[in-house]
This record gives sequence, structure tokens and C-alpha cells, in this order.
Amino acid sequence: MHTIKYSAASFFKYLTLVIGALAALVPIIVVLFASLKTNTEYASTGPLTMPENWLNFSNYTKAFVDGKMLLGFMNTIIIVIISIAGATLTGSMMAYILARFKFKGSKLLIGAFLLATLIPGVTTQVATFQIINAMGLFNTRWAPILMYLGTDIIAVYIFMQFLDSISESLDESAMLDGASYWTIYSRIILPLLSPAIVTVIIVKGVNIYNDFYTPFLYMPKSSLQVVSTALFKFKGPYGSQWEVICAAIMIAIIPTLVVFVSLQKYIYNGFAQGSVK
Amino acid sequence: MEKLSNLSYKNQRIFIILLFSLVPVALLLTFSYLPVFKMFQYSFTSWNGFSKNMEYVGFENYKTIFTKPEYFAVFKVSLYYFGATFVQMGLALYFATILSFNVRLKNWFKGILFFPTLLNGVAIGFIFLFFFKPEGTLNTLLDLFGLGAWQQKWLLNPHLINISLAFASVWRYMGMNFIIFLGAISSIGGDIYEASEIDGANRWHQFKHIIIPSIKRILQLNLILAVSGAIGVFEIPYVMTGGSNGSGTFVIQTVDVAFKYSKLGLASAMAVVLLGIVVIVTILQRVLIKEEK
Repeated sequence: MHTIKYSAASFFKYLTLVIGALAALVPIIVVLFASLKTNTEYASTGPLTMPENWLNFSNYTKAFVDGKMLLGFMNTIIIVIISIAGATLTGSMMAYILARFKFKGSKLLIGAFLLATLIPGVTTQVATFQIINAMGLFNTRWAPILMYLGTDIIAVYIFMQFLDSISESLDESAMLDGASYWTIYSRIILPLLSPAIVTVIIVKGVNIYNDFYTPFLYMPKSSLQVVSTALFKFKGPYGSQWEVICAAIMIAIIPTLVVFVSLQKYIYNGFAQGSVK
Repeated sequence: MEKLSNLSYKNQRIFIILLFSLVPVALLLTFSYLPVFKMFQYSFTSWNGFSKNMEYVGFENYKTIFTKPEYFAVFKVSLYYFGATFVQMGLALYFATILSFNVRLKNWFKGILFFPTLLNGVAIGFIFLFFFKPEGTLNTLLDLFGLGAWQQKWLLNPHLINISLAFASVWRYMGMNFIIFLGAISSIGGDIYEASEIDGANRWHQFKHIIIPSIKRILQLNLILAVSGAIGVFEIPYVMTGGSNGSGTFVIQTVDVAFKYSKLGLASAMAVVLLGIVVIVTILQRVLIKEEK
């Protein structure tokens, strides 16, 4: 009796897991199917039918060339690298002085950063737009870069947590050798922070890669398109060519998949740390 | 940096504190506090964004928002997304609970359920346009299971459009809640479960008396964040419907009013209202969580 009840519960558990997994995957898999079909094949088959030729990449070539996806990737990479390098640097610097020195105004500083995260970015966009415009940065890559650069308190917290686990006696012994604070930060602290840096890079990198709002609003110029805005342009002109749109969707998804599969462990940790304040 | 090491440590400290906080503080003031200040200022004007002089109109913009139904209607749309959050968190909690115990292919299921959260918002919009098309995935699936009679025009029917869009939103964010809950549940020590098993507790008891109380704070936090999340919805409806057919959200409307119709003053007033709601919700959250302690 007990085993029957137990196996029924177990069956239910696996059934829901399989349904959940299918719900997560099916919407993506049908897009993959459609992306590999020819135009006539797409028109004559349903979305659940597998493509005849799994190696028909003509839609991908078309989407990649017509959508100027290479340009999108280039712009995205430039923005991601500069913003992340800057954000890591400023975030770790902020965390270093806040964790190691007690000075007047340090509490105020933390409070100011904390309060800023409570202001949702979308609400102040109209005013931010005017500031970017006045600085002459509208329609340049610097507009999104500057906005992503802003040190967020989550990164500072992650760094501060890590700094607490780095013994201060390390700093002190370096000081006995005559090292300056700059040397301590750059030669001792920064290398030891690397696990935290990986976390911040991943969380910020995913956010920037997926962001649509900022580049859409601040860089409408087509030579500055990023992956998100390049993909958005398929709306309209390709309305009747879903197989090409599907290929473009897959082109935008594949880098995420590669990063996810190779960095799974860091990503789980990063999101858990980044979201639970 | 030889020069720096010639200074005394006291002077070095002052120098390094100033040097290291200069850029972050400048960015913070320019892109967080100045916009808020400007936003309040614009909200009392009828500025169009480019004319040289701003005309102050007092509370005229606020009156427009609260008295004209077309401006206020967007909040009704938020209710769909707010409602969807409960579905999303329920699912996330269920999957996080069963996957924190022994399950075959655990890591596979974890990965698959989490993956949608990492995807590009525009890509998700397109994926669900394809999913909800009249001859798209959902209707084909219904047909396959003999439920052909349930087929709908998911994005054309004004009664269904927001439910469909909210469904896409659940699909997108469930993994995020899931991974947060999973992290919280895994921080509960294994010995508590063992002790409860000796006392004869079953899985349901463990869920109700161990898991829920341990992650209560995170549950509350997520629930309250759901309010600002529901008001801040932008990408999915913008990509999928452009806000047509009664699916416009507050942010879509603000962007349209500001950048399409050049009514910057009015858009700023809308943003102030939005910020006000978020601030109230945040205070509420603080109060509720403090009571818990």
C-alpha cells in the first residue's frame, strides 16, 4: 500500500517535471524547426513537423546577411566589454574603500547607492534621455555604455562580501613591505576577487546582451544596432517569411546557449547571489 | 605609482578614497539623481522636448493622468501581469521544492527550467508571436490533443490578448524565481529534514513547516517586487503587439507620449506617478519584512 502511494507520487513528480521541461523547450524547438525549413516547406507543414533537411542553413545565411547580424554582434561585444570592464573596476574600487576604510560619509555613500537602485530605470528614462542628449551622446555607443557603467549596489555588495573573507593581515604585511594602497588593491585584492568578478561579469553580461530598451531608445542609428535591435528590425518587412525570422531568433539565442552550457555552475551561483540581496 | 608610495599612509588614504569614489559618484549623480530631479521639474511643464522655453502648468499633467480614462486604463493591464506573478511563483516554488530533493536527471531539469530566463527579450517576443499565431504552435498542439475546438486567435481577441502576453511573461521569468528559491531552499541544513523524518514528517509536512518558513522573506520580497515588475512591463508586449488591441502597458504609453507625441511634460508626470507607486510598494515591503523579524 505504502509503495503504491509512493510510486504514484513519484510518477506525478516526474510527469510534472517532463511537462515543465516541455513547456520550456517546445516554444524554442518549434522555432528551430521552422528556421531549417525552405519557404515552400514552411508553407505546407505545421510547426510541429520536423524539417526535411536538418542542414538547410540558407535561412540563417539570409538572416545573418540581410539583418546585418555581424554588425549587431560587433556593437554588442564592444558595449559589453567596455561596460563590464568599467563596472568591475569601479565596483571593486568602491567595495575596496568601503570595506577597508572607515571614513566620514561611508555610510552616506552606501545609502546613496542603495537608494539609487530603488529608482526603477524605466521611470527616469525621459529625463535621462535629455541628459544624454545634452552631453551630445545620443546615437553614440557611449550612451548605453555610460548607463551600464553606473556602479550597482549588488556588484558592490558581492565584492564587499568577498573582501570580508580576505584577511586584512594580507594588507598589513604588504604595508610593512612599503606597498601603497594602490599596489595593495591592484596586486593583492583584485586577483583574489576573481571569483566575485566572474559572477559580476556573467550577471551584467547577460543583462546587457539581452537589453532592448536602452539601445532602442538611445542608438536608433542603424550602424549602431546591437543584437536586440537588429532582431527587432525583422518585425514588419519579414512578416511573411517566418522561416527567416526564426533563423534570426536562433542566431540571437545560440551565443546564450553556448555561454550557459559552458558556464552553468557560475551562472547559477551568480544569479542566486545577485538577486538575493 | 612611485609617487603615491612616498606619501604617508594617512594622506594615501585620503587620496585613494577620493580617487576610487570619483567616477562611481559622478556616474551616480548624473544618471540616477539628476534624472529624478529633472523628471519632477518637467512634470510641471508642458515642454515638448526641444523648444527653448518651458511653460509651467502646475498640476495640469497630473490631472490629465488621473481624469482621462485612456491614461489610467493601462493600470488594468498591469493587473494581468500581477496576477500572472502568482502563477509564476507557485510553479517556481513547486519545481524548486521537488528539485531540491533526489530526482533523476536533476541537473538537466534545472538547466532546462532556468534557461528561458537567460534569453533575449526580443527573441522571446518573437518566439511567442510564433507560438500564438493562428496557425502557430499552440493551436497545432491543441489540435494534436483533440482539443481543436479550443483553438483561438490568441493575440487578436481583446479578451485573451493580455492573458496570452502574461503567459509569455510567466514563461520568461519563472526560471528566475525558480533559481532564487532553489538557492534559498538549498541553504536549509540537511539535518533538519532528517530530524523531521524521524518524527514521522512526510514531504508535505516538510514543505509546510520547514521550507516555507525558511524562505518566507524571499517569498515576500518577490511578491512585492512583482508589483513594480507588473507596472514596468515593456519588452514582450512592445515586440509582440506594439501595445495595440488593449495590450499597452504603462511603460509603452510613457515611451509613446514622450518620444512619439513629444509631450515630455506629460510623460514625466506619468513617470513620477510610476515612481510613486514603486516607492510606496518598497516602503510596504520594508514594513512587512521588519514585522517578520
